[in-house]
Amino acid sequence: MALRNFKLFRGNQNEGTMEHYSVEVDKGMVVLDAIHHIQAEQAGDMALRWNCKAGKCGSCSVEINGKPKLSCMTRMNEYGPEETISVRPLQSFPVMKDLVSDVSWNYEQNKNITPFKPDPLKKGNYIMMQEDIDRVQEFRKCLECYLCQNVCHVLRDQRQKDKFIGPRFMIRLASLEMHPLDTADRIPDVKDTHGSGMCNITRCCTDVCPEHIQITDNGIIPLKERVVDRYYDPLLRLFYKLFRRKSPN
Amino acid sequence: MVTFSQQSSGKFLSTYRSDKWWFEPLWTGLGFLSFVAYTTWAMFQGDYYWWSGGQEGFGGYLSPFYSPLLFIKEAVVGSAPMDHSWFGSWPGWWPVLIPASPAILILAGPLSFRMTCYYYRKFYYRAYFMSPPACAVSGISQKNYKGETALLVFQNLHRYTLYIALGFVVILSYDGFLSLFRGGEFGIGIGSIILIINPILLAGYTFGCHAFRHLTGGNQDCFTCPNGKPTFRHMVWRGVSWLNSRHILWAWISMLWVAFADFYVRMVSSGRWIDINTWGF
Repeated sequence: MALRNFKLFRGNQNEGTMEHYSVEVDKGMVVLDAIHHIQAEQAGDMALRWNCKAGKCGSCSVEINGKPKLSCMTRMNEYGPEETISVRPLQSFPVMKDLVSDVSWNYEQNKNITPFKPDPLKKGNYIMMQEDIDRVQEFRKCLECYLCQNVCHVLRDQRQKDKFIGPRFMIRLASLEMHPLDTADRIPDVKDTHGSGMCNITRCCTDVCPEHIQITDNGIIPLKERVVDRYYDPLLRLFYKLFRRKSPN
Repeated sequence: MVTFSQQSSGKFLSTYRSDKWWFEPLWTGLGFLSFVAYTTWAMFQGDYYWWSGGQEGFGGYLSPFYSPLLFIKEAVVGSAPMDHSWFGSWPGWWPVLIPASPAILILAGPLSFRMTCYYYRKFYYRAYFMSPPACAVSGISQKNYKGETALLVFQNLHRYTLYIALGFVVILSYDGFLSLFRGGEFGIGIGSIILIINPILLAGYTFGCHAFRHLTGGNQDCFTCPNGKPTFRHMVWRGVSWLNSRHILWAWISMLWVAFADFYVRMVSSGRWIDINTWGF
């Protein structure tokens, strides 16, 4: 057991303080464990969102020493024994109380995405090959922890929430657009409504993803390239027109 | 009690991060700046870009910064024989103020590929444009941020620069082959090895490009249509994806190597270094 120092944000959207706490931590503990101890022993009224404690529900997203992380997957031994660990709520969203942010904006974005639309079934079952579904499966690992939405500078610093849907929903769009059974066309929405051009590929979303989803390389860039096919590549359009081939996008 | 908003101030470079977040943008920014500085210097020299040990005929070392030789200025030290020029001797209309260097005519091609590359965009937006300088660090706040939808919309032309880069891979591969000969005689030297490794590294970088990945299969939703078996295209896409997952590594190694290849040819051509080879001269 060792005594460790914490600074936790206590307050709301308008004002608050970084309160100091000291707590005994044991080997193998994660930051969430330590905060739970503080909550149980010293700050019974502290608000904190968590659920599975196994890195699978995405509820416990906070900023630890300024870095967006899941508190249940951040081990105490990542920090030096004398280091004070500061924990703040997600900065891109309004604070409800203490370490809890209001992430409901994200749920609203999800509603704007054209849902999965397979061809009407003629007979039998839908059949998909593993080779076709591998790409989509990567995106389905998403926990919806919104760390990527939180760190995206377009949403965080430039405050363009009305123009860019954010990386989490770009990979949702990618998972639908790349789905072998889907027939809906979302490319015009990807460009205009969801703002793919607002992303300048600085990859912070990929850096913070706890599931290690290659959000930029496998989701956003392929979508941007499909937008290029449709809107910025006259030679490709000419090619498909001359050879009377159907453009995949 | 001091009260404050939980959000960082939003001022330039404000952050709650306590680690050395500035290290990555610093070394990538300085690293690329060094490459640009050397390339610019080498481009303006216009000499010592060729070496064949004084032998005429097929073969010789050509600096990758000067290939292809569209025009050649005669009577310049370390220049290639005229039969290596695509369009003959240096044009008479060339402005006096601009050095008569074959590199000036071609370097915009590969440079445009790197400057619109999705990886390079990441690091130079971070290191030079501070948009953002690092994750969870406030960059330069713009009232009307437009990303790549306005002035930077040209980044969407990356695939066209890819086509140029593919041409350079072919040309530099030929130069690698050329370096195995001296006066028509087959052999090998340190320079040959350097000039053969060069297009291999450039190919690793170019064929792992995101635009190439898209064109080879990323634009498809079904890799097993129509008969339920993986297509040849799927195999190619997987190979390109393998390269793509190491794109950053290929980008840096190929960039440093191409500069080193130029430096080596320059040193050997100017007589400062001796090339060890099987020709014995």
